[in-house]
Amino acid sequence: MKIHLPNSAFLGNIDPFLRSFGAGNPDFLEITANKKWISLHPVVLAMVAALGLTVKPENIFIEKLEAKSKHYLERIGLFKLLGLRSDIIITEHEPAGRFIPLTRIGSSEELSRFIVDMVPLLHLKPDQAEPIKYVVSELVRNVFEHSSSKAGAIICAQFYKKSNIIRIGIVDTGIGIKKSIGASYKISSDIEAIKLALTPGITGTTSRIGGTEFNAGAGLFFIKSIAKSAHDFFILYSGNAMYKLLTSASKPRLYIDPFRDRHSLNEELPYWQGTVVGIDISLGQKQEFSQLLDFVRDAYVKAISEQKKAKYKKAKFI
Amino acid sequence: MITIKLLPLVGSFAENKDIAKDVRLKQVVPALDGKKEVVLDFEGIDGATQSFIHALISDLVRKYDNGVLDKIYFKNCNKTVQKIINIVVDYIQEAG
Repeated sequence: MKIHLPNSAFLGNIDPFLRSFGAGNPDFLEITANKKWISLHPVVLAMVAALGLTVKPENIFIEKLEAKSKHYLERIGLFKLLGLRSDIIITEHEPAGRFIPLTRIGSSEELSRFIVDMVPLLHLKPDQAEPIKYVVSELVRNVFEHSSSKAGAIICAQFYKKSNIIRIGIVDTGIGIKKSIGASYKISSDIEAIKLALTPGITGTTSRIGGTEFNAGAGLFFIKSIAKSAHDFFILYSGNAMYKLLTSASKPRLYIDPFRDRHSLNEELPYWQGTVVGIDISLGQKQEFSQLLDFVRDAYVKAISEQKKAKYKKAKFI
Repeated sequence: MITIKLLPLVGSFAENKDIAKDVRLKQVVPALDGKKEVVLDFEGIDGATQSFIHALISDLVRKYDNGVLDKIYFKNCNKTVQKIINIVVDYIQEAG
């Protein structure tokens, strides 16, 4: 496998980075980087870490890093997580107020502890922390419940002071959305599976609309709604396909069908074995989290009702 | 009537679905089967996920029908937690 860390890769311009990823030979990983400067969304770092964890440390080859910003990879914990030594010497700063280093979360208890520890690391006000905790909990629990990932979830987050945005990446190398949703729904493509995963009321654990006692099929819809209401990016990549929620200046409306949102689709990406989720969350929003929930409530209940009606049998008049 | 204080079980952010399921199966269901009303006390809880609330109550409505909502009281919920509970209560009944 080959992965090149470009000069810049954030959710808005992540497509060239994803297209350049080489999914061949799963026993080796070669990492190269832009020579001058690397500025990366946490989801990119989480992808590199997740891939690295599928390979023995001695089979990871990292080209000598020359970019001035290479120390960031050390501080964010990439080498530590992969069990590698780097020649990068840095002065360790208290990470509070800046980032959540690359972290592997493998159990429900680890997640609960992580959420408690995460908020002081990001120095957030309680009302700012609320959607972040929500997003992290729901996405990581999705990994536990649907991915069958042996390595659990890899998470990384960074606060960008100038733009007042938290960028989060959560990645797994499990079975992927197509196989997970395919356990309960007939689907033929990764993009079809992604569409269903984003549709409220649909979960891979049952074909029953509204889910089971443990899964409602609401998590990804809620999270996409959080991004949309704040006019932020959100990506979901699994298999060969990626759905990207694009930003929009107009007043956000929540749609049941994710393809009605302003979005882009890419169905010819290198195969990602597992699921990649990236999200940006603007912190300066006037709209409170609880207001967003009012919109979600209307949209979700409407979705369940419509999906149930779609399954109604019609009377046969002869 | 029994009161279940959730803060000592789940902390200030209620997100652990395994604990929610445990509370439902080991405390709420036996109380309801014993014809007791149940108070779920959210004092000290700042937030909750939809998944947590779903794991806590959705199967009760499926098991006992929506009449069970007359026997469960949600106490000391802040605005956000109330809204998440309302979302779950609405969609469980809609899904039937």
